[in-house]
Amino acid sequence: MKINLNVDVHHLTRVEGHGNIIVKVEKGEIKQASWEVVETPRYFEAILRGQRYDAAGILTARICGICSIGHCLASIRATEHAFGIEIPEIAKKLRMLAKHGETLQSHFLHLFFLAAPDFINLKSVIPLLEKNPQVVAIAARLKGLANNLCDLVAGRTTHPVSLHVGGVSNFPDKRKLSLFKEQLKQSIPDLHATVDLFRTFEIPDFVRETEFVSLKGVDEYPFIGGNLISSDGIEMKEHEYRKMTNEFVVEHSTSKWCRLSRESFAVGALARLNNNYTLLHPEAKKVAETFGLKPVHHNPFMNNVAQLVEVVHCTYDSIRLINEILEYPENTPTMVKFEPKEGVGVGAVEVPRGILYHEYEYNQKGRIVKANCIIPTTQNNANIHYDIYDLVRKNVQKGMTDEKLELLCSMLVRAYDPCISCSVH
Amino acid sequence: MKYLFMESKRPKVAVFDFTDCEGCELQFANKEETLVDFLKAIDIVNFREVMSEKSDEYDIAFIEGSISRADEIERLLTIRQKAKFLIALGSCACFGGVNRMKNKFPMSDVNKEVYGETPKETLPVRSIKELVHVDFEIPGCPVSKAEVERIVQHIIWEVPYQFPVYPVCFECKQRFTICRFELGELCLGPVSAGGCDAPCPAGGTPCWGCRGICAAPNFQEFFNLAKERGFSKEEVIERMDFFGGFRSVTGSK
Ligand code: SF4
Ligand code: SF4
Ligand code: SF4
Repeated sequence: MKINLNVDVHHLTRVEGHGNIIVKVEKGEIKQASWEVVETPRYFEAILRGQRYDAAGILTARICGICSIGHCLASIRATEHAFGIEIPEIAKKLRMLAKHGETLQSHFLHLFFLAAPDFINLKSVIPLLEKNPQVVAIAARLKGLANNLCDLVAGRTTHPVSLHVGGVSNFPDKRKLSLFKEQLKQSIPDLHATVDLFRTFEIPDFVRETEFVSLKGVDEYPFIGGNLISSDGIEMKEHEYRKMTNEFVVEHSTSKWCRLSRESFAVGALARLNNNYTLLHPEAKKVAETFGLKPVHHNPFMNNVAQLVEVVHCTYDSIRLINEILEYPENTPTMVKFEPKEGVGVGAVEVPRGILYHEYEYNQKGRIVKANCIIPTTQNNANIHYDIYDLVRKNVQKGMTDEKLELLCSMLVRAYDPCISCSVH
Repeated sequence: MKYLFMESKRPKVAVFDFTDCEGCELQFANKEETLVDFLKAIDIVNFREVMSEKSDEYDIAFIEGSISRADEIERLLTIRQKAKFLIALGSCACFGGVNRMKNKFPMSDVNKEVYGETPKETLPVRSIKELVHVDFEIPGCPVSKAEVERIVQHIIWEVPYQFPVYPVCFECKQRFTICRFELGELCLGPVSAGGCDAPCPAGGTPCWGCRGICAAPNFQEFFNLAKERGFSKEEVIERMDFFGGFRSVTGSK
C-alpha cells in the first residue's frame, strides 16, 4: 500500500527533558524517521574543572532531578577510586538501600505517571483522580514510601545530603528503619495490584534485535560498581567504560551517541534483566514469568515490564538489607578518613534508566582537572533512533494513520523512560 | 473548594522548564500525603513532564530553569505575555543555579571541553528576572514542596506571602541539629535564607546556600567567624558562588 505519513512531535510530553520525533513517509517510502534531542546543554564536564572533591557529588547530583542519588553515588565512587578509598561494609549497605529507594521512586513515577496513561487512553494521570482514584492512591502510596526511604537514608530524595566521599554521613534511626521494613512488607499487596493492572495493558508486539549493556552481577543483582557486560558477549572492567561506550558527537542532536558491537545498544531495566536474570529475587522472577519476559528479550516496550519486575526485586531486597543493617550497632562508623591525592577514578552505577559512568582526574590538591560523565539516555539515543525507523518500517507495511503512528512512536520513546536533560548535561 | 463559606478560585496553572535538571517540577509530584489535595486545589493545564494535554490559557506560570539559548528567550517572552502571574521556581530560575558556574569560562572554551570541534549553540546562563518581569520567586535546589504548597495556598486565597526572615541556623536549632562548624566544616547557614527546614546540616552536609541570602545578613561578622574557624575568604566566596544566589556579595558574573 502506498501511503503517506507525517509525524512531527515537538517536545515529546511525559518524558524528562526535550526531544522530538519526526517521521515522513511518502508513497510508502520512509524519507525520515528520527529521534532528535534538542535539550539545551549545561556543560557539566566543563564546570567540574577546578571543583574540589567534596563539591563533585553535590554538583553532579544536579545533572538529574530524578536520579540525583545515582549521580551522587557514581560521582563519589569515582572519587574514591581516584583516592584509593575503601568504604566500610555498612556504608555499602546504606548506599544500596538509598539506591533501591531511588530505583523504586523513579520506576513508580514512570510506570504510573508517564507510561500507564497511554495504555488506558488518557493523556495524563490527572483524569484518573476522578475515574479510578484507587489506582492513584496505590501510586501515591508506593511512590511516597520510596521517597521516604530515600529521605531516611540519603537525607533527601532529590539531591541527597548524606552520601559523601568516604561513606555515608549518618546511621539512620533504627526505629525508623524497622518501621520501614514493616511498611515495605505491607506494600506488597499494592505491588501485586500494580502487576495486575499492567497485565491488562496491551504491550505492542515489536522486536528489533539489539545489544544490551549493563553491570554484571556476581552474587547480587547489580546496581553499584563491578564489571561491565554486554549480551553480545563482551565483558570489561569498570575503568574500561570508554571502550564500552565509544561516545561520539552527532549533528542533529545535542546529546551524543554511543555504540559497541552493532550500530546501537540499549541500557536500562530490560538490559539489566537480560544480563542478570538469574540474580533476581524469586518473587521478581515470578512476575517476569507471568509476562513471558525471559532473557534475552528484544521488545523495547517490555522495558516497562522489566521496571515492574525490578520494583518487586528492590522491595524484597530492601527488606533483606534493612534486616542486615539492623544487626549493626548504631555507633558503627559509616565513614572513613582519607587524604585527597592525585589520580584518576571511574564510578559505574545502574541508575533507573541504565548504566551511568563518572570519571574524574584529580590534582594533588584534590581538585578536578578533567571530568567525563556518560549518561544512560546518551547510550540509548541511537537505539531509540533505529527502533523508531524499524517500527515505522514494520507499520508502513501494515497500514497506519498519522495519529496511531504518533502514539506508537511516542510510547516507544516513553518505554525507554528517557532522561533527556540528563543526557545533555 | 470551600473554606469559611468562601469559594476558592482554582487557578489554571502551567509549568515550564528551561536549562535545568527538572528536580523542582518533580516536587509537584512528590509529598504524596497531600498530593491529591494539591492537585484538586489547582487546575494544571500545561505540564510537559507529566501530561500530554496542552493549553495556552493559564493564570499562573511556574518557570523552572535558567536561560542559556536564544530559542529559550523567545519561549520565555511568549509565556510572559500569556501568564497573569509568573513565578520563578527554584534556584536555577531565581539565580541561574549551579549552571551559572559556566559563566566563569568563555563559551568557546566550555564548548571545546564538551563537544570538541562541533560546538553547540549556547549563551552565558541568565536567571529569569534578567530577561522578563517576575512576579514571585521561590528559591531552593530543589524547592521545598511544603513551601510551594504554602505559597500556592496564599495565592489561591489572595493573602500576601511572607518568606521567613531568619537564616537557616534558626531551623537547625529547631531540629536540634549539631552545628557543622562544630564538626570543622564551612557552613553558609548564618547568612542563608531559611524556610527549607535545614535538611542539609541534619543530613550531614553543611548549608551551601541554595536559597540565597537571608533577610538581614551580617557578612562582615560571617567572614570573621569563617576565618576564626580556618576558612579563607576565597573559600567562602567559592562556596557562595555555587548556586548563584550570593552574586551581590561576590560580584561574580
Ligand atoms: S534549582 Fe536545583 S533542583 Fe531545581 S531545577 Fe535547578 S538544579 Fe534542579
Ligand atoms: S550547621 Fe550551619 S545552618 Fe546549622 S546552625 Fe550551624 S552554621 Fe547554622
Ligand atoms: S540547608 Fe542550605 S543548602 Fe540546604 S536546602 Fe537549606 S538553604 Fe539550601
